[in-house]
Amino acid sequence: MTEEDTGQKPGWLNRLTSGLRRTSSALNQSLGELFSGARKLDRATLDELEELLIATDIGVSTAAQLTRTLAEGRFDQEITGDEVRAALAAQIAEILSPVAEPLAINPSHRPHTVLVCGVNGSGKTTTVGKLAQLYRDQGLSVMLAAADTFRAAAVEQLRIWGERTGAPVVARETGADAAGLVFDAIEEARRQNADLLLIDTAGRLQNKTELMDELKKVIRVAKKLDETAPQSTLLVLDATVGQNAHSQVETFRDMVDVTGLVVTKLDGSAKAGVVVALAERFGLPVHAIGVGEQADDLRPFDATSFARALVDLGPEEAG
Amino acid sequence: MFDGLTSRFDDIFERLKRRGALNESDVDEAMREVRVALLEADVALPVVKEFIEKVTEAAVGAEVLRSVTPGQMVVKIVHDRLVDMLGPEEAGLDLAVQPPAALLMVGLQGSGKTTTCAKIASRLIDRERKKVLLAALDVARPAAAQQLATLGEQVGTRVVQPVLGEQPVGIAKRAMDVGRREGFDVVILDTAGRLAIDDELMAEAAAIRDQVMPVETLLVADALSGQDAVTTARTFNERVGLTGIVLTRVDGDSRGGAALSMRSVTGCPIKLMGVGEKLDELETFQADRIAGRILGMGDVVGLVEKAQETVDTEKAEKVAKRALKGQFTLEDLGDQLAQVRKMGDLQGIMGMLPGVGKMKKQMDAANVDDKTIAHQHAIIQSMTPKERSNPKLLNAKRRKRIAAGSGTSVQEVNRLLKQYQQMAGMMKKMGKMGKKGLAGGLPPGALPPGMMPPPGFK
Ligand SMILES: Nc1nc2c(ncn2[C@@H]2O[C@H](COP(=O)(O)OP(=O)(O)OP(=O)(O)O)[C@@H](O)[C@H]2O)c(=O)[nH]1
Ligand SMILES: Nc1nc2c(ncn2[C@@H]2O[C@H](COP(=O)(O)OP(=O)(O)OP(=O)(O)O)[C@@H](O)[C@H]2O)c(=O)[nH]1
Ligand SMILES: [Mg+2]
Ligand SMILES: [Mg+2]
Repeated sequence: MTEEDTGQKPGWLNRLTSGLRRTSSALNQSLGELFSGARKLDRATLDELEELLIATDIGVSTAAQLTRTLAEGRFDQEITGDEVRAALAAQIAEILSPVAEPLAINPSHRPHTVLVCGVNGSGKTTTVGKLAQLYRDQGLSVMLAAADTFRAAAVEQLRIWGERTGAPVVARETGADAAGLVFDAIEEARRQNADLLLIDTAGRLQNKTELMDELKKVIRVAKKLDETAPQSTLLVLDATVGQNAHSQVETFRDMVDVTGLVVTKLDGSAKAGVVVALAERFGLPVHAIGVGEQADDLRPFDATSFARALVDLGPEEAG
Repeated sequence: MFDGLTSRFDDIFERLKRRGALNESDVDEAMREVRVALLEADVALPVVKEFIEKVTEAAVGAEVLRSVTPGQMVVKIVHDRLVDMLGPEEAGLDLAVQPPAALLMVGLQGSGKTTTCAKIASRLIDRERKKVLLAALDVARPAAAQQLATLGEQVGTRVVQPVLGEQPVGIAKRAMDVGRREGFDVVILDTAGRLAIDDELMAEAAAIRDQVMPVETLLVADALSGQDAVTTARTFNERVGLTGIVLTRVDGDSRGGAALSMRSVTGCPIKLMGVGEKLDELETFQADRIAGRILGMGDVVGLVEKAQETVDTEKAEKVAKRALKGQFTLEDLGDQLAQVRKMGDLQGIMGMLPGVGKMKKQMDAANVDDKTIAHQHAIIQSMTPKERSNPKLLNAKRRKRIAAGSGTSVQEVNRLLKQYQQMAGMMKKMGKMGKKGLAGGLPPGALPPGMMPPPGFK
């Protein structure tokens, strides 16, 4: 309501943390209860902390490892809730900061080609739209390729994003060959001297060989025109995902050389704690996060804010 | 090879073989493993706790049957309890109202609502000869209505589309009017994705519900979801009121613990599951299949079923036996490849078994795809029976002939022979550990040939 009153969009950090705070009240409450005043950091307390981390999808072993580190030097000492949270957030931020890395576009490739892939419904097409907006705003000329030639109205969906962001869309009819479409799109982007070509692909579960092969073929064909293409391959992860994210990242990385991740739907109640485990295990850059369904709802991935939101702390300045 | 619970439990219970009943401390120890297994399967923590309590109760004091190990006994108790909690009875759609019966589909963004609407329509039309109307209430997502319209066309049913500026409640009302006026049996309403924490949109969903008084309000939820599935399911249930759940992307390789979470916080039956993107890829929910996956024992039922459909079991068994004895010939390999080709997406099947992940990866790394398999099959087909039983005969000249005959190259022939040798060696090794490796997994003899490593697997 206040958003409407002032006619202003709240800052993304506020939005992110308020979203997270509203819903991760479980963690909040429990941490509150756990540490109303100071409390001894003993085994029972640590177990509870571990469980609270597990509830963010961080994974059993990462949760155990984090609480173990937390206990080092502090075991059996009195500690307040805020101190615990700040310490946990700092630990998590340390894991995340090496992967917090914006997507670097090199327009000299003309086009720099970005292949966007992921499982069904994770937010690929929307992310393509948001990226188009971002780089158009930065003054780049952007083209879109509708390589999801499978799903009903996928092409129409991308066309609308093209209209919204002023980016031309290369498309063929549904059922066409995705690799062929990508070939055309790169040629077209060259002809038009575009800086950036964003390729939207069909959703595919990583255990479907045929579909993964199709994606490999898209890349092979792109390389025929430009050996360095695609310059970036993004895997789009839905924030609600659980431990299957490991298998998604592993398989997509092995099969199509994923260069970075985007995490969508972080405006919801899911906290995507698995990103912490993924950072440790794969070290792939996390380029951006999605915090809504509109063109401007894309944000850089910030290790500290993400870590603090995970343990339910506001942005640093405010805290 | 299988990283299922059985083997882990067997270690724990190793020392208490030959004891009559399970005692509390043994069970507690086993439950620690169960806890980790369930959490790794994305079952939400509160649900895990509740589950462990119940299982402990059932397990302590249970007699261990003579024919099984204590580990297997506990797995059985856990498995049965899981099936119990997931709802062993198949729950169909309830359409027993004065038509048109309204089905309201709700859920998070991208969970699979629109696709599921079309799948259900198709099922009701084909199986129950219903007259089904689809209604596009999603005015938020770009081309959402168009998506449903396209799917409606594929299903061969009418779709109510929003007119410019029309709001979801209005479209819903209009759709029900059309349904009544034109004698439709069922009206399926596709709504926009919404976050559980989005108050305004949750209120909108409730308003749609009040408008159409649905006989079924189905939460469409992703089998890949993690811990937050409880928040989603609970909130949708509280705010909109659910009658059932549809679990989508069950064709993926997630362990699917969200199913248990959602079922247990809402008490709503999981009615259907989506097992692919195509419109006929919708199945009645089967608790035992999901239970096996959650426990990391793989979708054994699914695997066996799929294998049985396509595989010549007798031949497969014969080959398997010979292979384990170390008598694996090129002839057998040829049969295997033929079977594998019949089975289609080999790795898709393997994906059903989490424990086989490593093997799958090696196959990926070795680039074993359907085309390779077809080539390799052709190579073996081009050999004479003598050559097949005695690969030593295959000199350079013969290899050249085989390459020409199969439309491949000498290198490919060489590669196949090398791989065959590696495989034969490995089979011998597997034979030695065979008895232990499959404990608690597949019933004896049900090992489909797809489970054997095809050429290229090292
Ligand atoms: N709340 C929220 N919704 C999002 C976000 N990103 C995408 N969505 C929504 O998620 C749904 C699916 O997004 P798409 O972009 O169509 O997903 P996709 O991966 O292209 O889907 P397929 O092509 O069908 O595999 C849509 O309703 C989007 O509006 C986000 O960051 N926040
Ligand atoms: N593999 C697989 N994909 C599915 C299944 N069900 C739906 N999908 C895919 O998931 C993606 C999203 O499906 P939609 O039906 O558009 O999802 P939605 O819930 O309507 O999305 P929004 O309207 O944006 O909230 C599409 O690519 C579908 O093809 C399933 O059971 N298995
Ligand atoms: Mg898409
Ligand atoms: Mg939809």
